[in-house]
Amino acid sequence: MNQPLKQHLIDPEICIRCYTCEMTCPEQAIEHDDMNVVVDASKCKYCMDCIPVCPTGSIDNWRVVTQPYSLEDQYGWMELPEQQEIAGDEGGLEAMDDAISALLAEAHKGAGGKAKAPATASKPTVSMYGLGRPAEAKVTGNFRLTAEDSDSDVRHIILDFGSLPFPVLEGQSIGIIPLGTDEAGNPHLPRLYSVSSPRDGERPNFNNLSLTVKREEKGLCSNYVCDLKPGDTVQVTGPFGATFLLPADPDAKLLMICTGTGSAPFRAFTMRRQREYPSLKGSLMLVFGARRPRELPYFGPLKKVPEEFMSKHFAFSRQEGEPKHYVQDKLREEAEKVGELLQNPKGHIYICGLKAMEQGVDEAFKDIARGLGLNWAELRDRMREEGRYHVETY
Amino acid sequence: MLDLINVSYDTQIPNNVGLSQDKKVLKALEKWHPGYIDWWNKLIPQNFQESLVYLRTAVSVDPKGWAKFDYVKMPEYRWGVLLAPQVEDRVIPCGEHKGEPAWQEVPGEYRNLLKRLIVIQGDTEPASVEQQRLLALTAPSLYDMRNLFQVNVEEGRHLWAMVYLLHKYFGRDGREEADDLLRRQSGSEEAPRMLGAFNEETPDWLSFFMFTYFTDRDGKMQLESLAQSGFDPLSRTCRFMLTEEAHHMFVGETGVGRTIQRTCEVMKENGIDDPYDVGRIRALGVIDLPLIQKKLNLHYTLSLDLFGQEVSTNAANAFNAGIKGRYMENRLTDDHQLQHDTYTVWDLEDGKAVQKEVPALTAINMRLRDDYTKDAAGGVGRWNKIIEKHGIDFELKLPHEAFHRKIGVFADKLFDPEGKMVSGAEYDKGMPEWLPTHADGDFIQSLMKPCYEPGQYARWIAPPKVGIDNKPGDFEYVKLHMA
Repeated sequence: MNQPLKQHLIDPEICIRCYTCEMTCPEQAIEHDDMNVVVDASKCKYCMDCIPVCPTGSIDNWRVVTQPYSLEDQYGWMELPEQQEIAGDEGGLEAMDDAISALLAEAHKGAGGKAKAPATASKPTVSMYGLGRPAEAKVTGNFRLTAEDSDSDVRHIILDFGSLPFPVLEGQSIGIIPLGTDEAGNPHLPRLYSVSSPRDGERPNFNNLSLTVKREEKGLCSNYVCDLKPGDTVQVTGPFGATFLLPADPDAKLLMICTGTGSAPFRAFTMRRQREYPSLKGSLMLVFGARRPRELPYFGPLKKVPEEFMSKHFAFSRQEGEPKHYVQDKLREEAEKVGELLQNPKGHIYICGLKAMEQGVDEAFKDIARGLGLNWAELRDRMREEGRYHVETY
Repeated sequence: MLDLINVSYDTQIPNNVGLSQDKKVLKALEKWHPGYIDWWNKLIPQNFQESLVYLRTAVSVDPKGWAKFDYVKMPEYRWGVLLAPQVEDRVIPCGEHKGEPAWQEVPGEYRNLLKRLIVIQGDTEPASVEQQRLLALTAPSLYDMRNLFQVNVEEGRHLWAMVYLLHKYFGRDGREEADDLLRRQSGSEEAPRMLGAFNEETPDWLSFFMFTYFTDRDGKMQLESLAQSGFDPLSRTCRFMLTEEAHHMFVGETGVGRTIQRTCEVMKENGIDDPYDVGRIRALGVIDLPLIQKKLNLHYTLSLDLFGQEVSTNAANAFNAGIKGRYMENRLTDDHQLQHDTYTVWDLEDGKAVQKEVPALTAINMRLRDDYTKDAAGGVGRWNKIIEKHGIDFELKLPHEAFHRKIGVFADKLFDPEGKMVSGAEYDKGMPEWLPTHADGDFIQSLMKPCYEPGQYARWIAPPKVGIDNKPGDFEYVKLHMA
């Protein structure tokens, strides 16, 4: 069987045949007859130039196929065919690769049901590059985020894609394929890392992104990534993930709870908000847990974010001379504000970090909800259904 | 170095033409700017001016990121001057100068001809905003209201585009013409807009959709042919305008389509199969298909008049001079000079509409009109698909080009929509079936009740299949200012 392919298609029911996409396409991959405008799968390079110029949104359609639809097929359509069942896949997928879908499903399990994207989130591009055709990125930076004397080595890695399109949204992940082969002589499978930069790049309008990676003892991929040097090239798959995303609505209130490298997506969220709505006040709240300040990634830059733009609550569990604090303790301390957010139809909760944090956080929410006369389990399910409760833990 | 792709905001007027280094033109435009803002502010009711509208603003001419969506108050919209990037070594594509380098300055011999074309194009842009100024009061949804305002601000930007050309290339009389573009008013007794169709008011939303579908499509065809101009700044301006114009086509085509969709749905829900059961259909608060056909007849024929005389020496001169090309000139495979070609046009012989061959050069208008009709027929086909899908036996048709014309060989002659010449009595008898009557207008007007709840739509129109910028169904496209 052929490797499934993501085919770019135009919805003939919505297209108005203005041919703006056809004029824009640098590959001459788009053509038309009197009825339909169609995309030649053998020519489309996924450069996405045609997406923003389309007045209707009909251009932004994709089907996972084993055999691409021919031009003749597309000319004959009155409407787009349904997504065909391809083993393990379904609509709105987080990834097109079974193994990666399973990984993401596992990471999102803590939400207690099927994850849903926020209603106003931008539409993510998923699985543009798979194992059969990974993207190549150049390392342009590798910085240690934790203090030199700390035994925790967390790195800020910057990857540049040059002229290769790699559209990624805040909250999405990418796969990194470690060099070398496994015992059976097969290439290693990719490991997933959350992107920690916003969609327009680590540097605005550069085609680059950043990752936040912790070196794990004996971790095959984390050691590979943490040892990368500027100038090295890496094989990248993705982007992956279609639910743990940022709402575009500036009125959305966000509560972000994380530990360690779970901060990566929230760095992206915060930077996106800062670039898009720098004057917003009181709409972001971050609860961040680590052992000590010097082991908290981005502690320095975070302190520079004005408190009125984002209220920050740090919980340190191994601070000398201080009692142990965990993220759930901070949530309880801020019960009033958390309670307001729970009752706000525009309130969103994001949890990212180690699986171990889930239970404590859940308990804290349960208590805060009870104090307001609310049933947390019901509230959580409703919020999740509405795309307002998101968990990504590992 | 000048950045000619991204918009520069170092002057009051966003632009990619290096205005900050062109002091004279900048000064002229800055002088014109307050008059424009004043025109805008007086035009649209105040509470809409204060509302936050989810608009697309062109920020670049690079397709990758040419526009940005955000909430904006309309008077704060960044109207700017944007030209498509210059094509290196571009040559004049047609006419007697074919193959010569495209003009970067106005050629003296064609100065007046060019100026007139730019003024006519420029005059239509604010005119349509004037025609549509009160529509938001009866918007069938916030989504539609947003689309109306998007069309409006972009027509405003297109006015800017033309005004820039007038200021930059036509000196003092260009500045006077630019001022006159704000002085004339749609429907005014003393100073009407230049073209007839732009002095009619747009009384209701179905008219608005029909207007954007049929009349804005004339605008699109004119822009297409000006985009072929040998005068390079005009060509570049129009090429970029076409990207925005596509949205206007979209609003028209989907607006009419959604109206049809809703009518068909309601007919089916109530077990009505006969599209001519007008009384029952109207009682259900939706617009009957025969009335939609009548509206189509009206707007299509009014728009045909905008193309001028079938045989025209003015059009021949503009083509021959390389000032205005044909639709998709660059994709045509003839000699692009038309010295020896012929083209089929309509004429009248013994009271009958006949087709005959004339020199192609003189038939430029007719040719563009034919291209227009072909383009317009596409959407009508899509509308019929909606009707077919609901199993209703009715087909919308473009009427014959002879029907209801005020300009050209058929002007003021009596034809029916099939193109058959009829007597005065037959014409009078047929009219209530062919064009909307006062009673039809009153009926449509009776449905025009505002619907301002996010995600809600007036009864007579179906919601869109996809939101703008991929927004979900209940997205608040306009945050209304209700003071």
